[in-house]
Amino acid sequence: MSVIVLLTQLLNGVQLGVLLFLLSAGLTLVFGIMNFINLSHGSLYMLGAYFGAAAYTATGSFLLAVVAATGGSLLLGLIVERVALARLYAREHLDQVLATFGLILIFNEVARVTWGPSSVYIDVPGTLVGAVDLLGLSYPRYRLFIIGVGVAVAVALYLLIHRTRLGMLIRAGASVPTMVGALGVNLARLNALVFALGAALAGLAGLLAAPLMSVQPGMGEPILIVALVVIVTGGIGSIRGAFYGALIVGIVDTVGRAFLPELLRLMLSPSLARAAGPALASMLIYLVMAGVLALRPQGLFPVKHG
Amino acid sequence: MSTLLEVVDLKSWYASIQVLFGVSMAVGEGECVTLLGRNGMGKSTLVKSLMGLLAPRAGTVRFAGQDLTGKPSYRVARAGLGLVPEGRGIFPNLTVRENLVATAHNQRAAPGPWTLERVCEMFPRLRERSLNLGANLSGGEQQMLAIGRALMTNPRLLILDEATEGLAPLIRQDIWRCLERLKASGLALIVIDKNIGPLLRLADRHYVLSKGNVVWSGPSAALRESPDVLQAWVGV
Repeated sequence: MSVIVLLTQLLNGVQLGVLLFLLSAGLTLVFGIMNFINLSHGSLYMLGAYFGAAAYTATGSFLLAVVAATGGSLLLGLIVERVALARLYAREHLDQVLATFGLILIFNEVARVTWGPSSVYIDVPGTLVGAVDLLGLSYPRYRLFIIGVGVAVAVALYLLIHRTRLGMLIRAGASVPTMVGALGVNLARLNALVFALGAALAGLAGLLAAPLMSVQPGMGEPILIVALVVIVTGGIGSIRGAFYGALIVGIVDTVGRAFLPELLRLMLSPSLARAAGPALASMLIYLVMAGVLALRPQGLFPVKHG
Repeated sequence: MSTLLEVVDLKSWYASIQVLFGVSMAVGEGECVTLLGRNGMGKSTLVKSLMGLLAPRAGTVRFAGQDLTGKPSYRVARAGLGLVPEGRGIFPNLTVRENLVATAHNQRAAPGPWTLERVCEMFPRLRERSLNLGANLSGGEQQMLAIGRALMTNPRLLILDEATEGLAPLIRQDIWRCLERLKASGLALIVIDKNIGPLLRLADRHYVLSKGNVVWSGPSAALRESPDVLQAWVGV
């Protein structure tokens, strides 16, 4: 196992991590602030990918595809929040899970009807094709681009939450929502804004993932489950937690799948290792989550309350 | 004195339990009014019903000519009611400065609005603590912060639920002095507290609540002359 391979897998892990972060940021804010479980967050990721792919195919401009993916999911998120989800904030979690699960079924069916049951593929945009030489390590330019976008979004979100008036209200609303309202802030509008922001980021994640994976109905659910692992590991409601949690989960998953089977071969008989390796590797992130829950139930980077 | 707040026959329930049985009261422009009564008699419920935190099922709340009955709390706040709630409701994860700034507004475009500078002048402790998190303040500092935070919304009427509860005697005096200053500046006040002495000096009129009804109301002079009222309904 060479250093080059290890570094490549580490970078792949970071790349998966920032993608997970884009998806988890909205999920963790909505869960942490409105105490609302939105399973249909993965649908916004899927539809963002479809919107972006359609715009990219039609115009050939990746920039326009980004605008379509983020703008489209932002609008859709806003509509879904106002029409359906805002009525569920006061209900119990089981109702929220059932209703948003219903939304998943609807959105998957809408995608199947609109774009067909088979996968849609888009190419890596022209300027991002090829590899970059990183001190002797050749790494795909597009994956580096994803890492760059993810880090930029993370910095922007950090500044938004910690340096602006809107960020103060978001944090205040997460701790004592009734007082935010009683001091003159329209909480419903604040919630809608946070929800739409999260939806836009989910759509962006969907588009960024589209050239690497295929765009298809139901693509949002597997990654939503991983995003839930991310926010539980990082600490619910915390953007910082979502960022580090996503990196941890991304790296553990990627590096685990790449190297765990080989590691097991050193300790177990070849046939046993061949059987156990991939199975164990795919369980690894859940084992990490279980470990975190056992030792730090509030997550690794919970929201600070003094 | 023109009437600022007028409450008529307000009835409120918590789920299936009725708590207010038709409360009527009024606060004039610049007037200080207290709500007295034992625990559980409906004082805080009345405050919540005024502030839009609990929707009354009957009765009306009028404020400066607007009907605020059943309006969401942010509309009530924007109309000019400021709240210092029981338990203070400080945002624990925000710094003192952020607590003051986050919800600050001047929706009514009041002349000479409250600023961070003016609040810190009234409570110098808050300036010293401006970068500390709300959670790390003492009870007295939290109460100053809650008052400052409400003032930053430039209210016409400030409601204090348990103004000095759980505070050390010296801090209490600070709070009472601050309320004197606010009243002198023309701000109307509704104050709930267990210390009758300072309330009799500060307030113009009093409402005594028992079991969700107003059982006595009148000016401070009348209350001083009726110790039986305090004994029967307030327990002093």
